[in-house]
Amino acid sequence: MKKYRVLIAKPGLDGHDRGAKVIAKFLQESGFEVVYTGLHQTPEQIVTSALQEAVDAVGISVLSGSHNYVFTEVVELMKAKGIGEIPVFGGGTIPEDDIPPLMEKGVKALFRPGTPLDEILAKIKEIIG
Amino acid sequence: MKRDQLKQKSAAWESETEAGLKKRPERKEEFQSLSGLDIKRLYTPTDLPDFDYEKNLGFPGEYPFTRGVQSTMYRGRFWTMRQFSGFGSAEETNQRYKYLLANGQTGLSVAFHFPTLKGVNSDHQLARGEVGKCGVAIDSLRDMEILFDGIPLDKVTTSMTVNHPAPALLAMYLTVAEKQGVSWDKVGGTIQNDPLKEFFAQKSYIWPPRESVKLLVDTMEFCAKNVPQWHPVSISGYHIREAGSTAQQELAFTLADGIAYVEAAIERGMDVDSFAPHLSFFFDAHMDFFEEIAKFRAARRLWAKIMKERFGAKNPKSMWLRFHTQTAGCSLTAQQPLNNIVRTGYEALSAVLGGTQSLHTNSFDEAEALPTEEAVTVALRTQQILANETGVANTIDPLAGSYHVEALTDAMEQAAVEYIQKIDDLGGMVAAVDAGYPQSEIMRASMEYQKSVETGEEVIVGVNKYIAEKESPIPLLKVDDEVERRQIERIEDTKLNRDNAKVDACLDRIRDTARSGDNLMEPILEAVREYALLGEICQSIVAVYGAYEDPAVF
Repeated sequence: MKKYRVLIAKPGLDGHDRGAKVIAKFLQESGFEVVYTGLHQTPEQIVTSALQEAVDAVGISVLSGSHNYVFTEVVELMKAKGIGEIPVFGGGTIPEDDIPPLMEKGVKALFRPGTPLDEILAKIKEIIG
Repeated sequence: MKRDQLKQKSAAWESETEAGLKKRPERKEEFQSLSGLDIKRLYTPTDLPDFDYEKNLGFPGEYPFTRGVQSTMYRGRFWTMRQFSGFGSAEETNQRYKYLLANGQTGLSVAFHFPTLKGVNSDHQLARGEVGKCGVAIDSLRDMEILFDGIPLDKVTTSMTVNHPAPALLAMYLTVAEKQGVSWDKVGGTIQNDPLKEFFAQKSYIWPPRESVKLLVDTMEFCAKNVPQWHPVSISGYHIREAGSTAQQELAFTLADGIAYVEAAIERGMDVDSFAPHLSFFFDAHMDFFEEIAKFRAARRLWAKIMKERFGAKNPKSMWLRFHTQTAGCSLTAQQPLNNIVRTGYEALSAVLGGTQSLHTNSFDEAEALPTEEAVTVALRTQQILANETGVANTIDPLAGSYHVEALTDAMEQAAVEYIQKIDDLGGMVAAVDAGYPQSEIMRASMEYQKSVETGEEVIVGVNKYIAEKESPIPLLKVDDEVERRQIERIEDTKLNRDNAKVDACLDRIRDTARSGDNLMEPILEAVREYALLGEICQSIVAVYGAYEDPAVF
């Protein structure tokens, strides 16, 4: 089986990285190669990392309330850079009402607080295809 | 009954009970607290073999302060009900403060948005989408004047949750007081200003560890001389716990941070009894009820011992561990959000039985957003019901003498002592942070916790058990994206309406002072009075101290 590479990114000034790190560790233990950006990434930096690291998926953790801006920007920039086919997923404190508009804009999966890790894993595998 | 007799009887009862387990097994083979402490079937006096009332507990207001720091505790007055609050613009948050004060809240607590916490202006590239979202946007004295408009600063005490940029926010607050005609000796409150836990817990750091501790000591020195009622630091375990630590780690790392600050202040030449009475603490109240109570009691006892034995403090107030508590944000669930009211109620009860000085109760909608006015009212009412209706505030430290609670308090203290020894061996907390020690301990604990939730070993109602087929949505607070645009406009306007030559001179003085190593508080105050922006002040310091970057390990 091919070893998937996933980028886990933390955008903006927010320091809440517990979720991002748990997901990174969990995906690594589940056989993925994980590239973790660390904190304080701009959407441009996230997309650049996705390109340089040739990842199969991009995961973004947002607990700052900036999810509408961040996900929209990343998806748009990825299209502009010609890597629009790489699936984008994410999680954090994202109110349910904000999820459908983001999915329409091209985000492939958004996980709310309390989603079981196995469910996240299955979904990531599915969107990578 | 003699001790030996009791021991025999106790052993006989255990083996008899064990024998009956074949027929009637218990729910689990092993029982553990949320943080992994073994919990026995029954506690008796045999679990407290060295129990000495005066040595272990003493009287409230007396060493080692296990039972509380004041002699009357809540019979004198209730804890301060202090809801952490801030969103959108200074105008909106000012309205929320007035609402909370009108509804019986007794102290203010400011939540700043991320750009303020990180010492950049609202027009910074990384601030996009975050302005006013997780707290109130404060870019300069001008926002601070609006934030406290109509709130007399000699009548309320204010807690400000801000760390590396804390000296600048304190300077803004003191300048607002000046403008209100309130002298600094009448101003009371707290800045969190606890820089070290930023590197391994909250992650809102700006400059490196050593420099951040230097700046903390500047504020301690300044407040001791000029703002006698101010608490210049709130040594915080809350964020450590929220980042995924156990209760033992929360306690140990918090006190180890405190030790680092006391050492740094003594090294500056300050007398321990001149500053230690102004130190304050901040803990999390998580779901495991008795474990949390034990943590609060152990914290008081252990800190008193550290101050007396390790630092030779003479003033009993230097040995006081006074603390604020917030119920655990990370225990809230997005699923069946009304259940969070119940969780918060139990957590608040543990904080009160643990003897907290002030309390924030989370709102039921906070797993998803900042609270609505309705949700925050329920949270405040939770405290008011606890204080006024349940009777738990009528006597001091009511769980003292419980075999279970005393044994847990001892276990909690012992675990913390071992961690602190390990940190001492590494060369203290600054060196431990450099070595990534608390970071990796927290990572390990949060991973273990998550796995126990996944297996169902740790039950979270509504999440991995008793899941609802269909959930009814609750209304959530939305912060308008317009706040960002207006805040950026206000920055432009502030720059046009100030004496920019004076501001530049103030920023030069900040850089010069940072280079010389002198106390930075006066130059920061000068810059604030000239409406220098927070980002300008902090980045002037970064120019000398350098910036700390996330090592990005997991």
